[in-house]
Amino acid sequence: MLDSSFAALVPILCVTLAAVAVLFAEAFRREGEQMPIGGLGVIGLGFALAGCVVLWNRNASSLGVIEADNFGLFVSAVICVAGLLTIAFSGQVIRRDGLPSGEYYALTLFATAGMIIMAVASDLLTIFLALEILSISVYVLTGLRRDSPSASEAAFKYFLLGAFSSAFFLYGVALTYVLTGSTQLADIAAWMGNEGLNVTPMMLIALGLLLVGFAFKISAVPFHMWTPDAYEGAPTLVTGFMSTGVKAAAFAAFIRVFLSAYEPLRADWTPVLWGIAMLTMIVGTVVGVAQGNLKRMLAYSSIAHAGYLLVGLVAANEIGRASILFYLLVYAVTNLGAFGIIALLSTADRPHEELRDFAGLWHTRPALAALMAVFLLSLGGLPPTAGFVAKWYVFSAAVRAGFYDLAIVGMLTSVISVFFYLRVVVMMYMAEPADPQVRPAVGAVPLAALVVSTAALFYLGILPTRMIDLAAASVGTIF
Amino acid sequence: MTEYLLTLLIAVPLAGSVLVLLLPGRGEQAAPLIRKVGLGVSLVAFALALVLWARFDPASADFQFVERYAWIPAFGIDYHVGVDGISLWLVVLTGFLTPIALLSSWESVEKKTREFTFFVLALEAAMIGVFVALDLFLFYVFWDAMLIPMYFLIGVWGYDRRIYAAVKFILYTMAGSVLMLVAILGLAFLHQQASGEYSFDYVRLLALDIAPVWQYWGFLAFAVAFAIKVPIFPFHTWLPDAHVEAPTAGSVILAGVLLKMGTYGLIRFAYPLFPEAALYFTPLIAALAVVGIVYGALVAMVQPDMKKLVAYSSVSHLGFVVLGICALNANGMQGAVYQMVAHGVSTGGLFLIVGMLSDRRHTRLIAEFGGLKRVMPRLTAAFLIITLSSIGLPSLNGFIGEFLVLLGAFLWEWRFAAVAATGVILSAVYMLWMVQRVFYGEVTNEHNRALPDLTPREWVVITPVVAMAILMGVLPNIFLAPTAAAVDKTVQRVVQAQNVTVDRTPADAPDAIGPATAAAGPATAAPEQVRRVLRASKDAAWSAQ
Repeated sequence: MLDSSFAALVPILCVTLAAVAVLFAEAFRREGEQMPIGGLGVIGLGFALAGCVVLWNRNASSLGVIEADNFGLFVSAVICVAGLLTIAFSGQVIRRDGLPSGEYYALTLFATAGMIIMAVASDLLTIFLALEILSISVYVLTGLRRDSPSASEAAFKYFLLGAFSSAFFLYGVALTYVLTGSTQLADIAAWMGNEGLNVTPMMLIALGLLLVGFAFKISAVPFHMWTPDAYEGAPTLVTGFMSTGVKAAAFAAFIRVFLSAYEPLRADWTPVLWGIAMLTMIVGTVVGVAQGNLKRMLAYSSIAHAGYLLVGLVAANEIGRASILFYLLVYAVTNLGAFGIIALLSTADRPHEELRDFAGLWHTRPALAALMAVFLLSLGGLPPTAGFVAKWYVFSAAVRAGFYDLAIVGMLTSVISVFFYLRVVVMMYMAEPADPQVRPAVGAVPLAALVVSTAALFYLGILPTRMIDLAAASVGTIF
Repeated sequence: MTEYLLTLLIAVPLAGSVLVLLLPGRGEQAAPLIRKVGLGVSLVAFALALVLWARFDPASADFQFVERYAWIPAFGIDYHVGVDGISLWLVVLTGFLTPIALLSSWESVEKKTREFTFFVLALEAAMIGVFVALDLFLFYVFWDAMLIPMYFLIGVWGYDRRIYAAVKFILYTMAGSVLMLVAILGLAFLHQQASGEYSFDYVRLLALDIAPVWQYWGFLAFAVAFAIKVPIFPFHTWLPDAHVEAPTAGSVILAGVLLKMGTYGLIRFAYPLFPEAALYFTPLIAALAVVGIVYGALVAMVQPDMKKLVAYSSVSHLGFVVLGICALNANGMQGAVYQMVAHGVSTGGLFLIVGMLSDRRHTRLIAEFGGLKRVMPRLTAAFLIITLSSIGLPSLNGFIGEFLVLLGAFLWEWRFAAVAATGVILSAVYMLWMVQRVFYGEVTNEHNRALPDLTPREWVVITPVVAMAILMGVLPNIFLAPTAAAVDKTVQRVVQAQNVTVDRTPADAPDAIGPATAAAGPATAAPEQVRRVLRASKDAAWSAQ
């Protein structure tokens, strides 16, 4: 199996099979019967994660379009971790909110499969297919609460804009095919290497269209308009899942396309991406300051983090690529933890997502408040959490490449972002509880997931060596 | 044990903070146990700091108790710690003040004792880490990590405007320090260009030949970070808020240790790493320091709030430290190092007693008090001693530092010294005026008639501080001697760059002594001078009577 031509598909197949199993389970479930459907997802994702470990260093390749190199596997593992954390928080939340559990888990797993494909695809059309698999699943997940007007609005907005951006991307793929006669990244890179010296407008248009498609998915400014609405309207856990998983998958493909296929045109795209990175960091943090809704605030924070990740892409050196991988992992764990706590504290009739809802959380739930504080401080990049190491890693790539301006703006915006993360900490620790509100009890599984995430953040913040070496090794095998 | 002493000094408070979290008991029932454990841990850390001092070799200018382990090898980042004469006393001071801070809040902290103790101990670990780190990455980690516990201490246990003060404190400090991180990254990559491998190691980076342009930007990034921390005028606006709103323990640690991180950073990092740029900017920094001395004193004079008055007096006193560094001779810098410790003791003491008054009356307004000497003579005596030490009365600690600084400044540029000397006079004015209004005269406010004098616990809190102030003033040599060698080395390092700036030739000759040092004489002469001056001032004091 391991040496067959299907080896590279193992993680994808595990997740897809789990999704199909979930669908069957839901179909055969009797009315009102409780089934551990989430467990099927955990099994699938667990095997996928194990598959990533087994395939490590094997450079397996399947069907000519799937390349399970270490880079792709690292991102796949990050996506599996995001999926596992999401499922760990889900059980309690979907029972409480009355979400259709079969559909929820199946769509989450299909989206995960799409993300993994996107991370390991080495062909523009496969990337597009993966993009559609994950996007359509996430559109539906966003609108899963059909009775909620804000969820419907969010899903509709996300769907329309997403469809446009997919069209842009597909047009870019088509133009690239017209130019190079291939959709294979390796072929495109070879062609660009030969012809890249005399840049034609056609090449720039193709490049620009692909860039728009990616920028939309990672919610970079000025293609970020959908993010706050979609994040606010979607069920909280879906927001956490898409802010981390979609970002990881999109960045993996972004790096592959721009740093291998279109790498010869780097001189042309660097200034554009430089501007986008600057704008994304600044807009994300400055607008984030004014938000009173925590999900909206984290949406803008997610925009800002896309900007920091773009800094690594603009730097385009060894350190830059490795730092993006490290950052994606840290961001997935941190952000999902924060969204998980928001979701776990909500009740069926009362969402717990306004800033004032967090007033005095410390007095009623000291443990949850402490965990939330760690996640927020990590998002703000304060040592000794992993968020600090991640930021330091990305900005050292920028300094290494001579982009002092990006590093300085990145640092200053992260100070501004600390301000709004601290607003939540202020609420939790320094404000008195407003009214005696009922906060639901948190189950053992979600709590364990939160504790493990926090421990991971401290581990990666204090002893990051192993993970940094791993990230560096995974970009060493390609490019 | 000696080879792991510094790691133990960081690990003991850190482990203690975790232990405090794990102690059994719900709510405030566990508070007595938590307080005792916290105090015990901080006393163990202080004992370790004393061992550090006892085993310290004062003759050596090198780093001692050095430990070094690879941490992130891909970037040449090490866990590298060590102390020299400059950091030794700051570590001891941290160990000295933390138990006192914990003891001072024995009764005044009534809520969330567990978290309070946790944050104080975590803060102590981070502060010691800042003073012993010899790897710039490690230094930055401690530097930033220290913000979190302090933020919580101010924001949760502070007074009315605590949230504003806490957020202002953390944002100001971070805004300054992130640019330093960019400069640190730049240094590591310069090292990579020069030698082929990354390094954040302080000792290795010292050997780096940094181009002048780069020196200017690097120095500015470091200096702004440290200037905000000190704080040097005009970066001081966070300080009155943070000091006034912090709980007593927070104020003591803030004034006693945290502010010294700024001046320590200037001496340890900004000046030696970028000597040419440092020489270029020194007149500007000295001018700002002198402005801060006078400005801080004048603003302190008109404060109606005792805590705010002491806070502004810190701006003034820290100006002396910075001026001493700027003088770039052995006297000035030794005075600066000494004054850092002296200010930590005396200002810590002032905040402690203001805290005691505030615990009794729940106000710190000078106008609310008056004639307290009749009601609480012992507290008045303690306050008077510490006040006198703060304004630099000979035979108390403040005098030695300020005198050496002024001596150094005079040898370098007499005009700065002349203006700074007015700060000494002004400090006597505002401090003694406050003492007069608070403690002397008739009891004007009925609420004050029945105030109790020092409790046994408060005796334990204030006695070590008073004893230290007297000890440092009477036997300054204990404190000056270990610093001499390291100070000399640092001054040499910066002053040598003067020759380099002239013609950019490497001054590798070991006997190349800069003009400033030549004028001031070697640092080892300083204790002798102090003794002479002490005798002279004692005579003067007698004849005045």
